[in-house]
Amino acid sequence: MTGNGRLTIREAQRLLETRQLSSVELTKDCLERIRQVEPEVHAFVTVSDELALKQAKEADDLLAAGNGQPLTGIPVAVKDNMCTRGVRTTCSSKMLENFIPPYNATVVEKLKAAGAVMVGKANMDEFAMGSSTENSAFFTTANPWDKNRVPGGSSGGAAAAVAAGECVFGLGSDTGGSIRQPASFCSVTGLKPTYGRVSRYGLIAFASSLDQIGPLTRDATDCALVMDAISGYDSNDSTSSPLPLPNLSACLSGDIKGLRLGVPKEYFVQGMQPEVAAAVKEAIGKLEELGAEIDWEVSLPSTSYALAVYYIIAPSEASANLARYDGVKYGFSYTDTDSMWQAMEKTRELGFGAEVKRRIMLGTYALSAGYYDAWYVKAQKVRTLIGREFDQAFNKYDALLTPTSPTVPFKIGERMDDPFQMYLSDVCTLPINIAGVPAVSIPAGFSGGLPVGLQIIGKPYDEATILKIADAYQQATDWHKKRPKI
Amino acid sequence: MKLSRQEVLHIARLARLGLSEEEVNRLSRQLSDILAHFEVLQQVDTEGVPPTTQAISLKNVMKYDEPAPSLEPGQVLANAPRRQGDLFRVKGVLD
Repeated sequence: MTGNGRLTIREAQRLLETRQLSSVELTKDCLERIRQVEPEVHAFVTVSDELALKQAKEADDLLAAGNGQPLTGIPVAVKDNMCTRGVRTTCSSKMLENFIPPYNATVVEKLKAAGAVMVGKANMDEFAMGSSTENSAFFTTANPWDKNRVPGGSSGGAAAAVAAGECVFGLGSDTGGSIRQPASFCSVTGLKPTYGRVSRYGLIAFASSLDQIGPLTRDATDCALVMDAISGYDSNDSTSSPLPLPNLSACLSGDIKGLRLGVPKEYFVQGMQPEVAAAVKEAIGKLEELGAEIDWEVSLPSTSYALAVYYIIAPSEASANLARYDGVKYGFSYTDTDSMWQAMEKTRELGFGAEVKRRIMLGTYALSAGYYDAWYVKAQKVRTLIGREFDQAFNKYDALLTPTSPTVPFKIGERMDDPFQMYLSDVCTLPINIAGVPAVSIPAGFSGGLPVGLQIIGKPYDEATILKIADAYQQATDWHKKRPKI
Repeated sequence: MKLSRQEVLHIARLARLGLSEEEVNRLSRQLSDILAHFEVLQQVDTEGVPPTTQAISLKNVMKYDEPAPSLEPGQVLANAPRRQGDLFRVKGVLD
Protein backbone atom coordinates (compact mmCIF):
# COMPACT_ATOMS: atom_id res chain seq x y z
CA MET A 1 0.00 0.00 0.00
CA THR A 2 1.73 3.17 -1.12
CA GLY A 3 -1.25 5.42 -1.70
CA ASN A 4 -0.91 7.21 1.63
CA GLY A 5 1.54 9.68 0.14
CA ARG A 6 -1.43 10.95 -1.87
CA LEU A 7 -3.37 12.01 1.20
CA THR A 8 -3.79 15.67 2.00
CA ILE A 9 -2.13 16.94 5.17
CA ARG A 10 -5.53 17.19 6.80
CA GLU A 11 -6.49 13.62 5.88
CA ALA A 12 -3.14 12.26 7.02
CA GLN A 13 -3.32 14.26 10.22
CA ARG A 14 -6.74 12.76 11.07
CA LEU A 15 -5.42 9.21 10.52
CA LEU A 16 -2.33 9.97 12.60
CA GLU A 17 -4.27 11.49 15.45
CA THR A 18 -6.72 8.61 15.64
CA ARG A 19 -3.77 6.18 15.47
CA GLN A 20 -5.16 4.47 12.36
CA LEU A 21 -1.83 5.22 10.73
CA SER A 22 1.59 5.88 12.24
CA SER A 23 4.06 8.40 10.89
CA VAL A 24 6.56 5.57 10.38
CA GLU A 25 4.02 3.73 8.19
CA LEU A 26 3.17 6.88 6.27
CA THR A 27 6.86 7.72 5.79
CA LYS A 28 7.68 4.16 4.65
CA ASP A 29 4.82 4.43 2.16
CA CYS A 30 6.30 7.62 0.72
CA LEU A 31 9.81 6.12 0.58
CA GLU A 32 8.42 3.05 -1.19
CA ARG A 33 6.55 5.28 -3.63
CA ILE A 34 9.80 7.20 -4.23
CA ARG A 35 11.57 3.91 -5.06
CA GLN A 36 8.74 3.03 -7.46
CA VAL A 37 8.43 6.24 -9.44
CA GLU A 38 11.81 7.98 -9.17
CA PRO A 39 13.30 6.07 -12.12
CA GLU A 40 10.72 7.94 -14.23
CA VAL A 41 10.08 11.19 -12.34
CA HIS A 42 13.56 12.17 -11.02
CA ALA A 43 12.10 14.62 -8.53
CA PHE A 44 14.79 14.20 -5.85
CA VAL A 45 18.47 15.06 -5.78
CA THR A 46 18.80 13.39 -2.37
CA VAL A 47 16.43 11.00 -0.60
CA SER A 48 16.96 11.23 3.18
CA ASP A 49 15.56 7.80 4.21
CA GLU A 50 17.40 7.47 7.49
CA LEU A 51 16.65 10.96 8.71
CA ALA A 52 13.02 10.59 7.65
CA LEU A 53 12.51 7.37 9.58
CA LYS A 54 14.18 8.87 12.66
CA GLN A 55 11.96 11.96 12.44
CA ALA A 56 8.90 9.74 11.90
CA LYS A 57 9.63 7.77 15.07
CA GLU A 58 9.99 11.02 17.02
CA ALA A 59 6.72 12.26 15.52
CA ASP A 60 4.95 9.07 16.59
CA ASP A 61 6.19 9.66 20.14
CA LEU A 62 4.84 13.21 20.09
CA LEU A 63 1.50 12.03 18.69
CA ALA A 64 1.26 9.25 21.29
CA ALA A 65 1.81 11.83 24.04
CA GLY A 66 -0.94 14.00 22.56
CA ASN A 67 1.56 16.71 21.58
CA GLY A 68 1.01 16.65 17.83
CA GLN A 69 0.71 19.79 15.73
CA PRO A 70 -0.86 20.00 12.25
CA LEU A 71 2.37 18.97 10.45
CA THR A 72 3.57 16.40 12.98
CA GLY A 73 4.53 13.17 11.23
CA ILE A 74 3.78 14.51 7.72
CA PRO A 75 6.37 13.77 4.95
CA VAL A 76 7.71 16.80 3.09
CA ALA A 77 10.08 17.38 0.14
CA VAL A 78 12.30 20.45 0.50
CA LYS A 79 13.68 22.22 -2.56
CA ASP A 80 17.44 21.75 -2.67
CA ASN A 81 18.24 25.45 -2.17
CA MET A 82 17.27 25.46 1.51
CA CYS A 83 20.07 24.59 3.90
CA THR A 84 19.63 21.35 5.84
CA ARG A 85 22.20 20.63 8.53
CA GLY A 86 24.10 17.45 7.69
CA VAL A 87 22.09 16.84 4.49
CA ARG A 88 23.73 17.74 1.18
CA THR A 89 22.28 20.95 -0.30
CA THR A 90 23.27 21.33 -3.94
CA CYS A 91 21.07 24.00 -5.57
CA SER A 92 21.21 21.44 -8.43
CA SER A 93 24.62 22.90 -9.25
CA LYS A 94 27.99 21.31 -9.77
CA MET A 95 29.26 24.24 -7.70
CA LEU A 96 27.56 22.86 -4.56
CA GLU A 97 27.42 19.18 -5.48
CA ASN A 98 29.14 18.15 -2.22
CA PHE A 99 28.08 21.01 0.04
CA ILE A 100 26.86 19.92 3.48
CA PRO A 101 25.44 22.91 5.37
CA PRO A 102 26.50 23.37 8.99
CA TYR A 103 23.11 24.90 9.88
CA ASN A 104 19.39 24.70 9.04
CA ALA A 105 17.44 27.35 7.17
CA THR A 106 14.83 28.95 9.43
CA VAL A 107 12.00 27.21 7.51
CA VAL A 108 13.72 23.86 8.03
CA GLU A 109 13.98 24.59 11.76
CA LYS A 110 10.30 25.51 11.78
CA LEU A 111 9.31 22.31 9.98
CA LYS A 112 11.39 20.38 12.47
CA ALA A 113 9.77 22.16 15.41
CA ALA A 114 6.36 21.32 13.91
CA GLY A 115 7.35 17.64 13.75
CA ALA A 116 7.36 17.31 9.94
CA VAL A 117 9.34 14.47 8.33
CA MET A 118 11.79 15.40 5.54
CA VAL A 119 11.95 12.63 2.92
CA GLY A 120 14.39 14.40 0.64
CA LYS A 121 15.77 17.37 -1.24
CA ALA A 122 14.01 18.19 -4.47
CA ASN A 123 15.52 18.89 -7.88
CA MET A 124 15.39 22.40 -9.36
CA ASP A 125 16.87 24.58 -12.04
CA GLU A 126 20.44 25.42 -11.07
CA PHE A 127 20.39 28.22 -8.47
CA ALA A 128 16.62 28.51 -9.14
CA MET A 129 17.26 30.02 -12.57
CA GLY A 130 14.85 28.48 -15.02
CA SER A 131 11.30 27.40 -15.72
CA SER A 132 11.61 23.67 -16.41
CA THR A 133 14.30 21.97 -14.20
CA GLU A 134 16.23 21.44 -17.44
CA ASN A 135 18.93 23.72 -16.03
CA SER A 136 19.64 21.26 -13.20
CA ALA A 137 23.28 20.17 -13.43
CA PHE A 138 22.18 16.60 -12.61
CA PHE A 139 18.99 15.64 -14.47
CA THR A 140 15.63 16.91 -15.67
CA THR A 141 12.53 16.10 -13.63
CA ALA A 142 9.62 14.69 -15.64
CA ASN A 143 6.07 15.95 -15.39
CA PRO A 144 4.01 13.18 -13.71
CA TRP A 145 1.13 13.98 -16.10
CA ASP A 146 3.30 13.36 -19.18
CA LYS A 147 6.87 12.24 -18.73
CA ASN A 148 7.95 13.80 -22.03
CA ARG A 149 7.08 17.21 -20.69
CA VAL A 150 8.67 19.50 -18.10
CA PRO A 151 7.24 19.89 -14.59
CA GLY A 152 7.90 23.63 -14.69
CA GLY A 153 10.52 25.33 -12.62
CA SER A 154 12.46 26.20 -10.86
CA SER A 155 10.72 24.28 -8.01
CA GLY A 156 9.82 21.51 -10.48
CA GLY A 157 11.14 18.66 -8.33
CA ALA A 158 9.03 19.59 -5.31
CA ALA A 159 5.90 20.12 -7.43
CA ALA A 160 6.37 16.81 -9.26
CA ALA A 161 7.02 14.96 -5.97
CA VAL A 162 3.71 16.24 -4.58
CA ALA A 163 1.84 15.42 -7.81
CA ALA A 164 3.31 11.91 -7.97
CA GLY A 165 2.49 11.14 -4.32
CA GLU A 166 6.12 10.87 -3.20
CA CYS A 167 5.42 13.19 -0.27
CA VAL A 168 2.40 14.92 1.21
CA PHE A 169 3.64 18.47 0.62
CA GLY A 170 6.64 20.40 -0.59
CA LEU A 171 8.50 23.62 0.06
CA GLY A 172 9.63 25.69 -2.90
CA SER A 173 11.02 29.14 -3.51
CA ASP A 174 9.65 31.71 -5.94
CA THR A 175 11.67 34.57 -7.46
CA GLY A 176 9.65 35.09 -10.65
CA GLY A 177 7.11 32.25 -10.60
CA SER A 178 9.21 29.31 -9.43
CA ILE A 179 6.48 27.97 -7.09
CA ARG A 180 3.37 28.96 -9.06
CA GLN A 181 4.39 27.94 -12.58
CA PRO A 182 5.38 24.36 -11.55
CA ALA A 183 2.24 24.21 -9.38
CA SER A 184 0.26 25.03 -12.52
CA PHE A 185 2.19 22.52 -14.67
CA CYS A 186 1.83 19.69 -12.12
CA SER A 187 -1.76 20.52 -11.04
CA VAL A 188 -1.01 21.26 -7.40
CA THR A 189 -1.62 24.33 -5.21
CA GLY A 190 1.37 26.65 -4.83
CA LEU A 191 1.62 29.90 -2.87
CA LYS A 192 4.16 32.68 -3.12
CA PRO A 193 3.62 34.64 0.09
CA THR A 194 4.11 38.40 0.44
CA TYR A 195 7.79 39.35 0.31
CA GLY A 196 9.04 39.09 3.89
CA ARG A 197 6.31 36.76 5.19
CA VAL A 198 8.61 33.75 5.38
CA SER A 199 12.22 34.03 6.53
CA ARG A 200 14.84 33.65 3.81
CA TYR A 201 17.60 32.81 6.30
CA GLY A 202 19.33 29.71 4.95
CA LEU A 203 17.70 29.97 1.52
CA ILE A 204 20.60 30.08 -0.94
CA ALA A 205 20.24 33.56 -2.41
CA PHE A 206 19.31 34.18 -6.05
CA ALA A 207 17.70 37.65 -6.23
CA SER A 208 17.29 38.95 -2.71
CA SER A 209 14.61 41.58 -3.35
CA LEU A 210 12.39 39.00 -5.07
CA ASP A 211 13.04 35.59 -3.44
CA GLN A 212 10.34 34.14 -1.21
CA ILE A 213 9.74 30.63 0.19
CA GLY A 214 6.29 29.03 0.06
CA PRO A 215 4.28 25.79 0.10
CA LEU A 216 3.37 23.32 -2.67
CA THR A 217 0.34 21.32 -1.53
CA ARG A 218 -2.70 19.35 -2.71
CA ASP A 219 -5.20 22.08 -1.77
CA ALA A 220 -5.66 25.51 -0.21
CA THR A 221 -6.41 24.09 3.24
CA ASP A 222 -3.03 22.36 3.30
CA CYS A 223 -1.40 25.51 2.01
CA ALA A 224 -2.81 27.45 4.98
CA LEU A 225 -1.60 24.77 7.42
CA VAL A 226 1.95 24.97 6.05
CA MET A 227 1.94 28.78 6.09
CA ASP A 228 0.78 28.78 9.71
CA ALA A 229 3.86 26.69 10.53
CA ILE A 230 6.59 28.39 8.46
CA SER A 231 5.86 32.12 8.39
CA GLY A 232 6.72 34.87 10.82
CA TYR A 233 9.41 37.33 11.83
CA ASP A 234 12.98 36.07 12.07
CA SER A 235 15.75 38.20 13.55
CA ASN A 236 18.16 36.38 11.21
CA ASP A 237 16.43 37.90 8.15
CA SER A 238 16.27 41.68 8.37
CA THR A 239 13.76 41.73 5.49
CA SER A 240 11.30 39.45 7.27
CA SER A 241 8.09 41.17 8.27
CA PRO A 242 7.32 41.98 11.90
CA LEU A 243 3.56 42.07 11.10
CA PRO A 244 1.64 39.29 12.81
CA LEU A 245 0.19 36.63 10.52
CA PRO A 246 -3.44 35.75 11.14
CA ASN A 247 -4.19 32.05 11.58
CA LEU A 248 -4.78 31.31 7.91
CA SER A 249 -6.50 27.98 8.48
CA ALA A 250 -9.19 29.83 10.43
CA CYS A 251 -9.75 32.25 7.50
CA LEU A 252 -11.01 29.65 5.02
CA SER A 253 -14.72 30.23 5.51
CA GLY A 254 -15.71 29.15 1.99
CA ASP A 255 -17.73 32.36 1.68
CA ILE A 256 -16.61 34.70 -1.11
CA LYS A 257 -19.93 36.49 -1.64
CA GLY A 258 -19.46 40.14 -2.48
CA LEU A 259 -15.67 39.95 -2.90
CA ARG A 260 -14.58 42.28 -5.70
CA LEU A 261 -12.26 40.48 -8.10
CA GLY A 262 -10.54 42.04 -11.10
CA VAL A 263 -9.28 40.38 -14.28
CA PRO A 264 -6.39 42.38 -15.79
CA LYS A 265 -6.67 42.00 -19.54
CA GLU A 266 -2.92 42.37 -20.17
CA TYR A 267 -2.37 38.90 -18.66
CA PHE A 268 -4.18 37.26 -21.55
CA VAL A 269 -1.05 37.81 -23.58
CA GLN A 270 -0.30 37.27 -27.19
CA GLY A 271 0.92 33.72 -27.67
CA MET A 272 -1.33 32.37 -24.94
CA GLN A 273 -2.89 29.05 -25.82
CA PRO A 274 -6.62 29.63 -26.42
CA GLU A 275 -7.54 26.50 -24.41
CA VAL A 276 -5.63 27.88 -21.42
CA ALA A 277 -7.42 31.23 -21.67
CA ALA A 278 -10.76 29.41 -21.97
CA ALA A 279 -10.15 27.19 -18.92
CA VAL A 280 -9.07 30.17 -16.83
CA LYS A 281 -12.12 32.19 -17.88
CA GLU A 282 -14.35 29.27 -17.01
CA ALA A 283 -12.75 29.08 -13.55
CA ILE A 284 -13.34 32.80 -13.08
CA GLY A 285 -16.98 32.23 -14.12
CA LYS A 286 -17.20 29.65 -11.34
CA LEU A 287 -16.07 32.23 -8.80
CA GLU A 288 -18.79 34.55 -10.11
CA GLU A 289 -21.35 31.77 -9.58
CA LEU A 290 -20.09 31.47 -6.03
CA GLY A 291 -21.02 35.08 -5.41
CA ALA A 292 -17.88 37.10 -6.20
CA GLU A 293 -18.26 40.29 -8.24
CA ILE A 294 -16.02 40.06 -11.31
CA ASP A 295 -14.71 43.02 -13.29
CA TRP A 296 -13.40 41.63 -16.59
CA GLU A 297 -12.05 44.95 -17.83
CA VAL A 298 -9.21 45.82 -15.49
CA SER A 299 -6.08 47.28 -17.04
CA LEU A 300 -2.54 47.25 -15.65
CA PRO A 301 -0.78 48.92 -18.60
CA SER A 302 2.80 48.51 -17.35
CA THR A 303 2.48 44.72 -17.34
CA SER A 304 4.20 44.47 -20.72
CA TYR A 305 7.39 45.93 -19.20
CA ALA A 306 7.55 43.42 -16.36
CA LEU A 307 9.57 40.83 -18.28
CA ALA A 308 12.32 43.32 -19.10
CA VAL A 309 12.31 44.77 -15.57
CA TYR A 310 12.58 41.31 -14.07
CA TYR A 311 15.33 40.05 -16.34
CA ILE A 312 17.45 43.10 -15.55
CA ILE A 313 16.86 43.25 -11.80
CA ALA A 314 16.99 39.51 -11.02
CA PRO A 315 20.26 38.85 -12.91
CA SER A 316 21.80 42.00 -11.42
CA GLU A 317 21.09 40.80 -7.91
CA ALA A 318 22.17 37.28 -8.88
CA SER A 319 25.49 38.48 -10.24
CA ALA A 320 26.24 40.03 -6.84
CA ASN A 321 24.91 37.08 -4.80
CA LEU A 322 26.85 34.52 -6.82
CA ALA A 323 30.13 36.38 -6.43
CA ARG A 324 30.61 34.32 -3.25
CA TYR A 325 31.35 31.15 -5.24
CA ASP A 326 35.09 31.60 -5.48
CA GLY A 327 36.33 28.08 -4.75
CA VAL A 328 37.84 29.17 -1.43
CA LYS A 329 35.32 28.75 1.38
CA TYR A 330 33.16 25.89 0.13
CA GLY A 331 31.95 24.32 -3.07
CA PHE A 332 33.66 23.27 -6.27
CA SER A 333 37.24 24.43 -6.59
CA TYR A 334 39.63 24.26 -9.50
CA THR A 335 43.24 24.76 -8.49
CA ASP A 336 45.40 23.60 -11.36
CA THR A 337 46.41 27.14 -12.35
CA ASP A 338 49.27 29.53 -11.68
CA SER A 339 47.41 32.32 -9.90
CA MET A 340 44.52 32.89 -7.54
CA TRP A 341 42.57 34.89 -10.12
CA GLN A 342 42.92 32.18 -12.74
CA ALA A 343 41.77 29.61 -10.20
CA MET A 344 38.71 31.68 -9.38
CA GLU A 345 37.77 32.21 -13.04
CA LYS A 346 38.27 28.55 -13.88
CA THR A 347 36.29 27.45 -10.81
CA ARG A 348 33.35 29.56 -11.96
CA GLU A 349 33.72 28.51 -15.60
CA LEU A 350 33.53 24.82 -14.72
CA GLY A 351 31.22 25.06 -11.70
CA PHE A 352 28.33 27.04 -13.21
CA GLY A 353 25.99 25.90 -15.99
CA ALA A 354 24.98 27.84 -19.12
CA GLU A 355 21.92 29.66 -17.75
CA VAL A 356 23.67 30.74 -14.56
CA LYS A 357 26.56 32.13 -16.59
CA ARG A 358 24.12 33.91 -18.90
CA ARG A 359 22.47 35.63 -15.95
CA ILE A 360 25.73 36.53 -14.25
CA MET A 361 26.82 38.13 -17.53
CA LEU A 362 23.50 39.93 -18.03
CA GLY A 363 23.50 41.24 -14.46
CA THR A 364 27.14 42.27 -14.49
CA TYR A 365 26.52 44.14 -17.73
CA ALA A 366 23.46 45.96 -16.33
CA LEU A 367 25.43 47.00 -13.25
CA SER A 368 28.63 47.99 -15.06
CA ALA A 369 29.92 51.53 -15.49
CA GLY A 370 28.20 53.29 -18.37
CA TYR A 371 25.15 51.00 -18.36
CA TYR A 372 24.05 51.17 -14.72
CA ASP A 373 21.67 54.13 -15.17
CA ALA A 374 20.35 53.11 -18.57
CA TRP A 375 19.51 49.55 -17.55
CA TYR A 376 19.53 48.87 -13.82
CA VAL A 377 18.21 52.17 -12.47
CA LYS A 378 15.74 52.43 -15.35
CA ALA A 379 14.39 48.97 -14.50
CA GLN A 380 14.06 49.96 -10.83
CA LYS A 381 12.04 53.03 -11.82
CA VAL A 382 9.70 51.02 -14.01
CA ARG A 383 9.43 48.63 -11.07
CA THR A 384 7.97 51.53 -9.10
CA LEU A 385 5.35 52.10 -11.82
CA ILE A 386 4.36 48.43 -11.85
CA GLY A 387 4.01 48.48 -8.06
CA ARG A 388 1.85 51.61 -8.18
CA GLU A 389 -0.55 50.00 -10.63
CA PHE A 390 -1.04 47.09 -8.24
CA ASP A 391 -1.62 49.55 -5.37
CA GLN A 392 -4.28 51.35 -7.39
CA ALA A 393 -5.96 48.13 -8.46
CA PHE A 394 -6.10 46.97 -4.85
CA ASN A 395 -7.95 50.14 -3.87
CA LYS A 396 -10.79 48.77 -5.96
CA TYR A 397 -10.43 44.98 -5.86
CA ASP A 398 -9.91 42.43 -3.11
CA ALA A 399 -7.88 40.22 -5.46
CA LEU A 400 -6.88 39.86 -9.12
CA LEU A 401 -7.32 36.76 -11.30
CA THR A 402 -5.05 35.68 -14.17
CA PRO A 403 -3.68 32.55 -15.82
CA THR A 404 -0.56 31.25 -14.05
CA SER A 405 1.19 30.29 -17.29
CA PRO A 406 0.33 31.18 -20.88
CA THR A 407 0.71 27.52 -21.89
CA VAL A 408 0.31 23.97 -20.64
CA PRO A 409 3.58 22.14 -19.82
CA PHE A 410 5.91 22.18 -22.81
CA LYS A 411 8.03 19.31 -24.09
CA ILE A 412 11.44 18.59 -22.63
CA GLY A 413 14.06 20.23 -24.87
CA GLU A 414 11.58 22.42 -26.71
CA ARG A 415 12.77 25.76 -25.35
CA MET A 416 16.39 25.09 -24.46
CA ASP A 417 17.86 26.66 -27.58
CA ASP A 418 16.13 29.99 -27.12
CA PRO A 419 16.57 31.57 -23.68
CA PHE A 420 14.06 34.31 -24.42
CA GLN A 421 11.29 31.77 -25.18
CA MET A 422 12.02 30.16 -21.83
CA TYR A 423 11.82 33.56 -20.08
CA LEU A 424 8.35 34.11 -21.62
CA SER A 425 6.91 31.18 -19.70
CA ASP A 426 7.04 33.35 -16.53
CA VAL A 427 5.32 36.33 -18.10
CA CYS A 428 2.19 36.04 -15.92
CA THR A 429 3.99 35.32 -12.65
CA LEU A 430 6.96 37.66 -12.48
CA PRO A 431 5.05 40.97 -12.14
CA ILE A 432 3.89 39.65 -8.77
CA ASN A 433 7.44 39.31 -7.44
CA ILE A 434 8.27 42.75 -8.81
CA ALA A 435 5.39 44.16 -6.72
CA GLY A 436 6.15 41.91 -3.73
CA VAL A 437 2.50 40.89 -3.31
CA PRO A 438 1.23 37.35 -2.59
CA ALA A 439 -0.27 35.01 -5.22
CA VAL A 440 -1.45 31.42 -5.32
CA SER A 441 -1.79 29.07 -8.30
CA ILE A 442 -4.55 26.46 -8.16
CA PRO A 443 -5.58 23.68 -10.56
CA ALA A 444 -8.26 25.03 -12.92
CA GLY A 445 -8.76 22.24 -15.43
CA PHE A 446 -6.94 20.50 -18.25
CA SER A 447 -6.25 21.06 -21.92
CA GLY A 448 -5.48 17.90 -23.88
CA GLY A 449 -4.90 16.06 -20.60
CA LEU A 450 -2.38 18.66 -19.39
CA PRO A 451 -2.92 20.91 -16.36
CA VAL A 452 -3.97 24.56 -16.43
CA GLY A 453 -3.56 26.88 -13.44
CA LEU A 454 -5.49 29.91 -12.18
CA GLN A 455 -3.44 32.59 -10.43
CA ILE A 456 -5.07 34.58 -7.62
CA ILE A 457 -3.12 37.71 -6.65
CA GLY A 458 -3.67 39.45 -3.31
CA LYS A 459 -2.92 42.66 -1.46
CA PRO A 460 0.33 42.81 0.49
CA TYR A 461 0.04 40.59 3.60
CA ASP A 462 -3.42 39.40 2.60
CA GLU A 463 -2.71 35.72 2.00
CA ALA A 464 -5.96 35.08 3.88
CA THR A 465 -8.22 36.42 1.11
CA ILE A 466 -6.51 34.63 -1.79
CA LEU A 467 -6.47 31.32 0.08
CA LYS A 468 -10.14 31.83 0.98
CA ILE A 469 -10.94 32.28 -2.72
CA ALA A 470 -8.81 29.25 -3.64
CA ASP A 471 -10.53 27.16 -0.98
CA ALA A 472 -14.04 28.24 -2.05
CA TYR A 473 -13.18 27.26 -5.64
CA GLN A 474 -11.84 23.88 -4.50
CA GLN A 475 -14.94 23.19 -2.44
CA ALA A 476 -17.00 23.69 -5.60
CA THR A 477 -14.74 21.84 -8.08
CA ASP A 478 -12.73 18.62 -8.35
CA TRP A 479 -9.73 19.62 -10.49
CA HIS A 480 -7.39 19.56 -7.48
CA LYS A 481 -8.45 15.99 -6.69
CA LYS A 482 -7.38 14.58 -10.06
CA ARG A 483 -4.17 12.55 -9.84
CA PRO A 484 -1.76 11.61 -12.63
CA LYS A 485 -1.80 7.93 -13.63
CA ILE A 486 1.86 7.38 -12.87
CA MET B 1 21.99 46.58 -29.26
CA LYS B 2 24.96 44.45 -30.21
CA LEU B 3 27.39 43.13 -27.67
CA SER B 4 30.83 42.72 -29.18
CA ARG B 5 33.25 39.97 -28.35
CA GLN B 6 35.42 42.58 -26.60
CA GLU B 7 32.51 43.68 -24.42
CA VAL B 8 31.65 40.09 -23.53
CA LEU B 9 35.25 39.50 -22.45
CA HIS B 10 35.25 42.73 -20.44
CA ILE B 11 32.04 41.77 -18.57
CA ALA B 12 33.32 38.24 -17.97
CA ARG B 13 36.44 39.76 -16.47
CA LEU B 14 34.36 41.99 -14.16
CA ALA B 15 32.41 38.89 -13.05
CA ARG B 16 35.59 36.82 -12.69
CA LEU B 17 33.93 34.28 -14.93
CA GLY B 18 36.03 32.15 -17.23
CA LEU B 19 34.43 31.40 -20.61
CA SER B 20 35.38 29.05 -23.41
CA GLU B 21 35.77 30.42 -26.92
CA GLU B 22 32.44 28.89 -27.88
CA GLU B 23 30.72 30.48 -24.87
CA VAL B 24 32.06 33.90 -25.74
CA ASN B 25 30.56 33.65 -29.22
CA ARG B 26 27.27 32.23 -28.01
CA LEU B 27 26.87 34.82 -25.23
CA SER B 28 27.69 37.66 -27.57
CA ARG B 29 24.76 36.57 -29.75
CA GLN B 30 22.33 35.62 -26.96
CA LEU B 31 22.91 38.68 -24.77
CA SER B 32 22.47 40.93 -27.79
CA ASP B 33 19.14 39.22 -28.58
CA ILE B 34 17.91 39.44 -25.01
CA LEU B 35 18.89 43.08 -24.58
CA ALA B 36 17.16 43.96 -27.86
CA HIS B 37 13.90 42.73 -26.32
CA PHE B 38 14.51 44.88 -23.25
CA GLU B 39 14.95 48.13 -25.14
CA VAL B 40 11.19 48.70 -24.69
CA LEU B 41 12.08 50.06 -21.27
CA GLN B 42 13.68 53.09 -22.85
CA GLN B 43 10.21 54.14 -24.10
CA VAL B 44 8.78 54.37 -20.59
CA ASP B 45 8.49 57.86 -19.15
CA THR B 46 10.10 57.66 -15.71
CA GLU B 47 10.60 61.40 -15.20
CA GLY B 48 10.39 62.05 -11.45
CA VAL B 49 9.79 58.36 -10.61
CA PRO B 50 11.99 57.08 -7.77
CA PRO B 51 13.66 53.68 -8.15
CA THR B 52 12.37 50.75 -6.08
CA THR B 53 15.06 48.62 -4.49
CA GLN B 54 12.64 46.44 -2.58
CA ALA B 55 8.88 46.34 -3.13
CA ILE B 56 7.74 45.99 0.45
CA SER B 57 10.42 47.87 2.24
CA LEU B 58 11.12 48.15 5.90
CA LYS B 59 13.10 51.11 7.17
CA ASN B 60 15.90 51.17 9.72
CA VAL B 61 15.68 47.58 10.83
CA MET B 62 17.42 47.27 14.19
CA LYS B 63 18.15 44.46 16.55
CA TYR B 64 19.83 44.15 19.90
CA ASP B 65 23.50 43.36 19.74
CA GLU B 66 23.34 40.30 21.94
CA PRO B 67 26.07 37.69 22.00
CA ALA B 68 24.90 34.28 20.82
CA PRO B 69 26.72 31.06 20.05
CA SER B 70 28.18 30.84 16.56
CA LEU B 71 29.55 27.94 14.54
CA GLU B 72 32.78 26.29 15.70
CA PRO B 73 35.81 26.80 13.42
CA GLY B 74 35.68 23.11 12.53
CA GLN B 75 32.10 23.49 11.25
CA VAL B 76 32.91 26.65 9.32
CA LEU B 77 35.88 24.97 7.64
CA ALA B 78 34.22 21.59 7.09
CA ASN B 79 33.39 22.41 3.44
CA ALA B 80 36.67 24.19 2.66
CA PRO B 81 38.34 22.82 -0.48
CA ARG B 82 41.74 23.44 1.15
CA ARG B 83 42.55 24.35 4.71
CA GLN B 84 45.53 24.69 6.94
CA GLY B 85 44.67 24.42 10.61
CA ASP B 86 41.82 26.82 11.21
CA LEU B 87 42.48 28.80 8.03
CA PHE B 88 41.26 28.67 4.42
CA ARG B 89 44.21 28.01 2.16
CA VAL B 90 44.39 29.99 -1.11
CA LYS B 91 46.92 30.55 -3.85
CA GLY B 92 49.15 33.58 -3.48
CA VAL B 93 47.30 36.85 -4.13
CA LEU B 94 50.47 38.78 -4.96
CA ASP B 95 53.12 37.61 -7.37
